Amino acid sequence: MKQVSAATPSVKQLSRVNRSRHMLSRLRRDKWMYVLLLPGLLYFIVFKYVPMWGALLAFKNYQPFVGFWKSEWVGFEHFRLFFDNPEFTMLLRNTLILSLYNLVFFFPAPIILALLLNEVRLAFYKRVIQTMIYVPHFISMVIVASLTYVFLTTEGGIVNELLLKYTGDKIDFLSSTEWFRPLIILQTIWKECGFGTILFLAALAGVDVEQYEAATVDGAGRWRKLWHITLPAIRSTIVILLILRMGHVLDNGFEQIYLMLNPLNREVAEVFDTYVYMMGITQGAFSYSTAVGLFKAVVGVILVLGTNHLAKRFGQTGIY
Amino acid sequence: MSRQHRTVSGTIFDAANYILLGIAAIAAIFPFLYVIAGSFASDAELTERSVFIIPETFTLGAYRFIFSTDTILKSIGVSVFVTVCGTLINLLFTCTMAYPLARRGLMGRNLMLNMIVVTMVFSGGLIPTYLVIRELGMLDSYWALMLPGAINAFNLIIIKNFFQELPMELEEAARIDGCTDIGILWKIVLPLSKPVLATFALFYAVSHWNDFFASLIYLNDPAKWPLQVMLRQIVLLSQAAAGDLASMDPNFVKPPEQSVKMAVIVVGTVPIMLVYPFLQKYFAKGVLIGSVKG
Repeated sequence: MKQVSAATPSVKQLSRVNRSRHMLSRLRRDKWMYVLLLPGLLYFIVFKYVPMWGALLAFKNYQPFVGFWKSEWVGFEHFRLFFDNPEFTMLLRNTLILSLYNLVFFFPAPIILALLLNEVRLAFYKRVIQTMIYVPHFISMVIVASLTYVFLTTEGGIVNELLLKYTGDKIDFLSSTEWFRPLIILQTIWKECGFGTILFLAALAGVDVEQYEAATVDGAGRWRKLWHITLPAIRSTIVILLILRMGHVLDNGFEQIYLMLNPLNREVAEVFDTYVYMMGITQGAFSYSTAVGLFKAVVGVILVLGTNHLAKRFGQTGIY
Repeated sequence: MSRQHRTVSGTIFDAANYILLGIAAIAAIFPFLYVIAGSFASDAELTERSVFIIPETFTLGAYRFIFSTDTILKSIGVSVFVTVCGTLINLLFTCTMAYPLARRGLMGRNLMLNMIVVTMVFSGGLIPTYLVIRELGMLDSYWALMLPGAINAFNLIIIKNFFQELPMELEEAARIDGCTDIGILWKIVLPLSKPVLATFALFYAVSHWNDFFASLIYLNDPAKWPLQVMLRQIVLLSQAAAGDLASMDPNFVKPPEQSVKMAVIVVGTVPIMLVYPFLQKYFAKGVLIGSVKG
């Protein structure tokens, strides 16, 4: 291609004319395709790209009555305010601790559950268990929080009634700072542990039964088979999920935290997402909260791209 | 000897495993059973018996109470409306965009695909999106619950990949017969994709029914709230009255606070339980397509 265009100007021009004629005919041929694309493209532009442009608010002092364009530029002022604010350390700590808890206590749960399910030989029993443990995944976060409240409230909640009966004391789980993190992790385990087994079970279903039979003939016990056949089969799935999880350490899930957050547990519960909501939507500090959101988004992109790169180096296709 | 030993320990392991899994499964289901039982129970029973899944005294008081005003009914209506219309919008937007993007020779295709992938990694954030929606005059309108999430980029890419795998011959034949691209999509591609579309329709519908975030941010008017927001008001904040005692007949005994809350939770859960058999049929497939092709 390059050689042709470099040969003589006339050939170059000719090929350009040819190409543009070709392009026009392709456009004409696919005109209905572009009509079909229109609503989707409009959607991405209006609801995704305009807000990206709007993130420039973080560098302005936005005043609703002055408008986006006329609001004055203030550079990194809002970022400086945010980093100097003692709340910043609190948010970072809360976010990271919740992610760490999630990694340590939630992450292994579906793997263990999948391994246990994999040992079940009664197909019927396995199916019944699966049917039951997938249910909570489809329940809304509001219902999960509601169930938590109904069970744990000090005013007639079943858990506190039992505590009162056997220990003579009640625990105010819902407004306690010590119980907030365990509660969040327990909710996550209850809601997602069962559903999380699907990916691992799929990987395990791909294991050739003959491998197990051969291992049995060779005298391998249950644990040796687990160690040498089963675990290697899901190792790459585990590594990928772990890496992807790392890319999202700043995402704690707005709905869950917001629903469980209250003034009494705020010092351990407030995370970046809920802070942006509070400062921006409820208090109207639009530029400041945009700056907080932008900070989180930029760090998030770096983490996701970095971990995705890692995933590719582990021989996987990656997500993006 | 050693063989015997292995079978004994194996049997013990199996038994323990079956019991453990049984406990896990019951733990997943128990909260629902308890809440259903509690919603039908009387005040005395709730305080005296703490753990039960079959109430001794069976009363519909809590349900009569929460349906004594139209607050809950109206919010259910809103949720149903948003779920149905929102899902239709999702399918329309996702399919019309996925089909052209599945055509390999389309000009600008890679640019558009990259543009979509960028939105999966980076977003302008909550506040700029909120301001755009405010500028569009969509605050306190149901459009704000349906349009800003009209396309899920992951779903779009999965459906695009699925369309790409469909056999080309039928499309070619239809084109020779003078069918336009829109005609091919409507008459050939969509009918061939029914199971996949059903899967994604269910996913979209469940996410609409369960959505709380969008309503929290975009709807200020309590009269417009869907069920999830009402649930939070009643159960978590104890702020909204679930029913109106004054409108009931004088002999009506006020149901216990806990029962009322449980009844509201049951009302919010039942629709998901009704579609669960369908969900179960499709979701594994959906998750796996996503993980292989995503």
